[in-house]
Amino acid sequence: MIITVNINGKNVTEDIEADLILLDFLRKHGCYSVKRGCETSNCGLCTVLMDEKPVLSCSMLAAKADGKNIMTLEGLQKEAEEFGTFVANQGAEQCGFCNPGFIMNVIAMFREYENPTDEEIKEYLAGNLCRCSGYEGQMRAIKKFMAERKGAK
Amino acid sequence: MLTIKEYVKAATIDEAYDLNQKKTNCICGGMIWLKMQRKNVQTIIDLSGLGLDKIEEREDEFEIGAMVTLRDIEENKALNDYTNGAVKESVRHIVGVQFRNVATVGGSIFGRFGFSDVLTMFIALDSYVKLYKGGIVSLEEFAKMPKDRDILMSIIVKKQPLKCVYMSQRNTKTDFPVIACGLSLVGDTYKIVLGARPAKAAAITYKKDESMDIKEFAEKMGEAAAESFDFNTNMRASAEYRKHLAKVIVKRACLKMEGVY
Ligand code: FES
Ligand code: FES
Repeated sequence: MIITVNINGKNVTEDIEADLILLDFLRKHGCYSVKRGCETSNCGLCTVLMDEKPVLSCSMLAAKADGKNIMTLEGLQKEAEEFGTFVANQGAEQCGFCNPGFIMNVIAMFREYENPTDEEIKEYLAGNLCRCSGYEGQMRAIKKFMAERKGAK
Repeated sequence: MLTIKEYVKAATIDEAYDLNQKKTNCICGGMIWLKMQRKNVQTIIDLSGLGLDKIEEREDEFEIGAMVTLRDIEENKALNDYTNGAVKESVRHIVGVQFRNVATVGGSIFGRFGFSDVLTMFIALDSYVKLYKGGIVSLEEFAKMPKDRDILMSIIVKKQPLKCVYMSQRNTKTDFPVIACGLSLVGDTYKIVLGARPAKAAAITYKKDESMDIKEFAEKMGEAAAESFDFNTNMRASAEYRKHLAKVIVKRACLKMEGVY
């Protein structure tokens, strides 16, 4: 079947197999930030934005993205870099494997909530597992980022 | 592994229904559970072009389309005002936002999964399913029916003056519940729904006794619920543990409803 998906602002049209998973479709088109962690819809590593909403690309058919806008980390370099500095400064990543999915979901969270509470942050990011950091550094990075943003306004 | 030969975005419900009559074909909701199965599907039928992704509020009811996501019901103000936030509480622990943006209400209800928070929550309300051929059936009945090849179009929740509460217990955050409890009170009758026993959600009713102190009453109701349902063991919890949890969670839900927990 033929689908057209807008990936990071560029339309891509392709004849695909019905069971092609969105994650594989995106990687095939150069989005290597999108990775497979668990493949059981649990870890959040494969998070991308579909029409602005974070979704698990490991759990969706590429066919379902026909006519939709998909954003991956590759398309959000500036936002990702801005926040990524805070992650690095807080020592919030060790192996870094969880990082792309985590940053994608943080970006989605800030688009939905301007000033999320601790509870809202924890809840929004509950589906982004990290095996190294214990999450404290991630929380610090988010809060420092929010404080800085507030100060800049 | 899941293999699919063909993908059809149905243009009409009729088309979806006809395609779904073939045993090797399959309807997809969010596809999250389907994807984890080892299955060879001839044609996957996508309902997302049929306008079943809306939550409508009418004077006497809500109608929630089968393709509405779990995140949609979590965020829906009217539904959460009506249930005092119980609907949000029933889904907010399910994995993560990215998961709930994909998983659909129809998929959760049609699957009638034992672990389903959504099924537990909606049975606690006066809910019905609208089936394409089968018409309108009470959700409690539907939960007991064997799976067939009909199409679930929407969930209808009849409005009535009620109080309700949802609670669940998980071994670890974002995991399946080891017990799930939906409790509603209409007039002087409680509806106690317990899911993840690990069998799928079922309900009993229990009369309110105003003459008793609320704490004492809640304790009694918890004990009665624990005796009325059957519990089993799986990798997450033993039958004995679930029975104990049931007693405590029903008691707490009752107290929470009265604002004393
Ligand atoms: S790879 Fe998609 S949730 Fe883990
Ligand atoms: S830093 Fe290693 S998994 Fe998160």
